[in-house]
Amino acid sequence: MTDTPITPEKPRAQSRLAIAWDSDVGYSFRHSPVAMVSLCLTLILVLSAVFAPLIAPHDPFNPATLNLLNGFTAPGEANAFTGESFLLGTDDQGRDVFSTILYGLRISLFVGFAAVAFAMVLGISLGLLAGYVGGWTETVIMRVADVQLTFPAILVAMLIFGVAKGITPIEYRDQVAIWVLIIAIGLSDWVQFARVVRGATLVEKSKEYVQAARLIGRSPFAIMARHILPNVLSPVLVIATISLALAIIAEATLSFLGVGAPPTQPSLGTLIRIGQGFLFSGEWWILFFPACTLLVLALAVNLLGDWLRDALNPRLR
Amino acid sequence: MLNYIIRRVLQSVLVLLVVGLVAFAMFRFVGDPIDNMLGQERTMEDVERLRAQLGLDQSVFVQYYRFLEGAVQGNFGISYRQGRQVSEIIAERIPATLELAAVSGLFALVLGIGLGVFTAIRRDGFASNAIMTLSLIGVSLPTFLIGILLIYLFSVELGWLPSFGRGEVVQLGSWSTGFLTQSGLLALILPSITLGLYQMTLIMRLVRSEMLEVLRQDYIRFARARGLKQRAINFRHALKNTLVPVITVTGLQLGSIIAFAIITETVFQWPGVGLLFINAIQFVDIPVMAAYLMLISVMFVGINLAVDLLYVAIDPRLRTEGKSQ
Repeated sequence: MTDTPITPEKPRAQSRLAIAWDSDVGYSFRHSPVAMVSLCLTLILVLSAVFAPLIAPHDPFNPATLNLLNGFTAPGEANAFTGESFLLGTDDQGRDVFSTILYGLRISLFVGFAAVAFAMVLGISLGLLAGYVGGWTETVIMRVADVQLTFPAILVAMLIFGVAKGITPIEYRDQVAIWVLIIAIGLSDWVQFARVVRGATLVEKSKEYVQAARLIGRSPFAIMARHILPNVLSPVLVIATISLALAIIAEATLSFLGVGAPPTQPSLGTLIRIGQGFLFSGEWWILFFPACTLLVLALAVNLLGDWLRDALNPRLR
Repeated sequence: MLNYIIRRVLQSVLVLLVVGLVAFAMFRFVGDPIDNMLGQERTMEDVERLRAQLGLDQSVFVQYYRFLEGAVQGNFGISYRQGRQVSEIIAERIPATLELAAVSGLFALVLGIGLGVFTAIRRDGFASNAIMTLSLIGVSLPTFLIGILLIYLFSVELGWLPSFGRGEVVQLGSWSTGFLTQSGLLALILPSITLGLYQMTLIMRLVRSEMLEVLRQDYIRFARARGLKQRAINFRHALKNTLVPVITVTGLQLGSIIAFAIITETVFQWPGVGLLFINAIQFVDIPVMAAYLMLISVMFVGINLAVDLLYVAIDPRLRTEGKSQ
């Protein structure tokens, strides 16, 4: 019996899941129907975005498969000219609304995740630096954060987007729009991360393990990255979830206002912007379905973030 | 105290100078202003004349100084897109935004406090639970979706309210107001609800939690023991003590109302500075963007400063804290 492997790969992975399931957070999850429903919805939306090319019945961005005659087909009805029918109808150019939503969801989620990741990396590094190094560095970083916090994030993102648009030559604007959007939203959102990480770093810095690491001569970079960072990450997780909801809404808002994803790569916000034009002429489905998708997405991620904040907050336990 | 005020004012001026630098950098280095203002058909003389006229032939420091000098006097140059003085365009647009912001601020404050008190008193009632749940949904929804929803409901389906524009406006000197005509007032309803909804929920939740805190205090129990009417206890004793944080938050939210007006104005095609700003971004009209940035920073920094100073004036504890630091 002694030579049987103690921890085979597969059971270990399962037991990790089991540990998570039995933990405090898992307990709170099992007792919160809201959290379960919103996690399910989020997963469904994320998966359908990831597998959009497989699920979507049409490729909305391939002009060869588009037929202008299919334009304005109502959901579930057969088109008067071609006889084709579409689950959620078509828009003015004959694009299948269901497919455009799937691809739009892809872009919305990609921008959301990428922007939060960018904000996280930036915020965590600057927060660690400010908290650990202190002095002049800290003053400059936190002053900039304070000033930026005076302005609403969406306004900062708009300005960055506007400036970036001015810098890029006209012929590249549409191509880089998505990346500019990610950078703009990310830059508008790093302050929260930096503040929390700095606060936690200040606490961790004075603990003995950091002093020990310093005594054995580890470099400041190693201490920050290998010793302090793992210990300040749990509040970051909560902020990241809430930031994700905010980033998705910010992206949708910017695209809706026409200063985000271009019509060639429409996100949910762009689709709603397009659909709003048909609100008065009776083609409600072009607006309705993208709006509903965005609504469910924003609500699910938001509720998930709220739940996570309560579950991880030791004061409320 | 005086020390604190001076330090705070100096900080605000510094912030404005930095924002001014950003605005100037935008104006100077984003694209070539000459390219933006002159079309394809131009002669070298045109370019030289405009360069001298805009002062672009001087050193960067001189230009920054002149930019600040102009900004202080409200002079931000000429819009690339409309070819008119930016200050003139903004002066035309600002009454629309301020009226919208004022009405939605009032809406948020009145309804927010009212509903906050209601949900705190009837803590576990069905109506207050419904209001709290609805408010959670309201906070998670993007502003523009709420706007579209309202347009769909009240303009498309019911046809009660206009879906865009300000209606008829009356010109009072240089101020154009929508308050004096029926269509102007009707046009204000949907945008103000859209803009004020988020702030309303925020104020409501704040008032509710503060009220719940206060209602637990001994002096409320004592007031009840004295046999005072419930109404008098709720409004005269409890509500009064929740108002300090409400005033602070409302003050700070004033800035965001003006910033979020950008979204509402776009949804409702409201001819204010927010719509102007969005159009400026779309057409890379840098002078308008720079002017809007400066305008809104002055408002934000001013509001922040005022709230900070008021807070110190209201709460004596903060004064001693400032000294001990």
